[in-house]
Amino acid sequence: MLIEFFQLLRSHGVKTTITEWLDLLEALSRRVVFADVDEFYYISRLILVKDESLYDRFDRAFSEYVERVAQVDVTEKIPADWLENALKRELSDEEKEKVKQLGSLDELLKSFHERLQEQQERHQGGSKWIGTGGTSPYGAYGYHPGGIRIGQQGNRNRSAAKVWDKREFRDLDEDASLEQRSYQIALRNLRQFARTGAPTELDIEGTLKATARQGGLLDLQWQSERHNAVKILLLLDVGGSMDDHIYQVQQLFTALKGEFRHLELYYFHNCPYEGLWRSNQRRRTEQVPTEQVIQTYGDDYKLIVVGDATMGPYEIAYPGGSVEHWNEEPGEVWLKRLLKKFTKAVWLNPQPERYWGYYHSVRMINQLMQGRMQPLTLNGLQQATDTIK
Amino acid sequence: MAFSSTDSYIVSDQLAAAVNAAVTLEKPLLLKGEPGTGKTRLAQELADSLDADLLQWSIKSTTKAQQGLYEYDAVSRLRDSQLGSDKVHDISNYIKPGKLWQSFTASKRPVLLIDEIDKADIEFPNDLLHELDQMAFHVYETGEHIEAQQRPIVIITSNNEKALPDAFLRRCFFHFIQFPDEQTLAQIAQVHFPNLQPQLLTEALELFFDLRQIPGMKKKPSTSELLDWIRLLVAEDIDAEQLRQSRQQGSALPLTGALLKHEQDVELVERVRRVN
Repeated sequence: MLIEFFQLLRSHGVKTTITEWLDLLEALSRRVVFADVDEFYYISRLILVKDESLYDRFDRAFSEYVERVAQVDVTEKIPADWLENALKRELSDEEKEKVKQLGSLDELLKSFHERLQEQQERHQGGSKWIGTGGTSPYGAYGYHPGGIRIGQQGNRNRSAAKVWDKREFRDLDEDASLEQRSYQIALRNLRQFARTGAPTELDIEGTLKATARQGGLLDLQWQSERHNAVKILLLLDVGGSMDDHIYQVQQLFTALKGEFRHLELYYFHNCPYEGLWRSNQRRRTEQVPTEQVIQTYGDDYKLIVVGDATMGPYEIAYPGGSVEHWNEEPGEVWLKRLLKKFTKAVWLNPQPERYWGYYHSVRMINQLMQGRMQPLTLNGLQQATDTIK
Repeated sequence: MAFSSTDSYIVSDQLAAAVNAAVTLEKPLLLKGEPGTGKTRLAQELADSLDADLLQWSIKSTTKAQQGLYEYDAVSRLRDSQLGSDKVHDISNYIKPGKLWQSFTASKRPVLLIDEIDKADIEFPNDLLHELDQMAFHVYETGEHIEAQQRPIVIITSNNEKALPDAFLRRCFFHFIQFPDEQTLAQIAQVHFPNLQPQLLTEALELFFDLRQIPGMKKKPSTSELLDWIRLLVAEDIDAEQLRQSRQQGSALPLTGALLKHEQDVELVERVRRVN
């Protein structure tokens, strides 16, 4: 049942599973929806799609499926009065007036049937056949004011066809949107719990000991809650070649922010020099001296640098090598200073590892990092957390 | 019985279909959407319309899955043992049922609202998998097995702060509440303010949707903010004419405090309106 629909969904990248599939079949068998394509659309979306960013793909798959179903020879299977009733319901008085351009509604339907029978295959464009995008009075997205729309309605009606063809969720569709969670899971590896703050939790072990010491008189002991005490200093490369990796970096950043309370973020471009900035909009006006950053944060901070390390070798090795300003000291000096203070450090490179060999600068940075460069993949992140643990 | 709009709450057809399907098929319904689109409110209205009890479990960052099942109150038991109370011999006196337990054993099928599930730790939903699937759990202290007499209607809301695990999502129905369009919003406002002048409402809505279209807002004003704003407009006796002038001339909006919650947003809006 509906297996084609299931496969179509999966081929559109909606990762729906057998369990959910069976749920839908159960919904159908219990008549939650019956013979109403609008409701079938809502219910199947409700059961099969679990992420609004996949709604758009679902809409596309659904539209395709409905189109395929529509290609079944309807003239034999659908009684004429069904079509007629549905049509009458959808036409406003105004539209009915327009229909008269082509004669009466009955006449329109009659010729529609005739052409359906004449026509053997799916059709697009043109001015006579039933299909999409043409000027024939029959079909969808056409320009004939007195035409019959099939499958797609234009406006106002509370019709599912309208809903999935509108593709309202297009903006939400992002590839591999579930990365964030897998990043978070990988980052959990870094957790270090410590008890800080006001004591609010009953310390059972302590209470037992204290009570025994009191000779059986109850002596309650309290302890503070466990919190993740890991501190992260995050340096992000922005602009230039990093633009290709914005999405990945965003995911990582969201995951980091969700996991660590002590997270300090600074930006740099290509290679860290004497100044970093906290807000990318005000990078020209509000730079923080790198020296100050090194002073501010204790060496218990773990340093994570995210950058593609793709630049001219002189940007790392020579004074004045920066593409943006005159730097007195080369980038490698600053990177070494950072690494001297923050001994637990890792460089995450969003560029696929197989390209690293082509860039001299990647090799240089990796050398400076003493081999602690990892690709920004799940695996790489896991290795990275092991490195700075 | 089918769930639909009431005198005080407007629900879209799709959402009503989602709720009805979840009720019929006894699956938890996960609701996502912008803050202020009425996710929490839905559970209350659903409970009212079914004449059922609403059990609300609000999740915080420190909430553990176990707290929804039951908690063992060791402190009272220790205290009672000092006082020589007889209660102390029966451990079940110190087991406090959580919201899930309460919903399992309620005499009438209740509505259980798990509010803002994404606030909790990333593993929280996984810890509830079995309980939500089988609607049963085990009490280790007493060896009891608690099973739902009838499956409660479970509504779960999320603000999308954390991604939820796949295994959990597979067991839920999912509906994304879209921000209502102008027509629906007008209906909602009318439900809340039946005596509101139509002209004032139209002007207010137009200004409101203009605001929402400004790109780069930190927090877009939502339904609840619109309602607060209209309430203030009425209280301050501001009429439609004043709003219209403000919209046309781009002068300062009256009482924006109700709509804009961030200083940056206020600045942004002023800047954009001056330019237009």
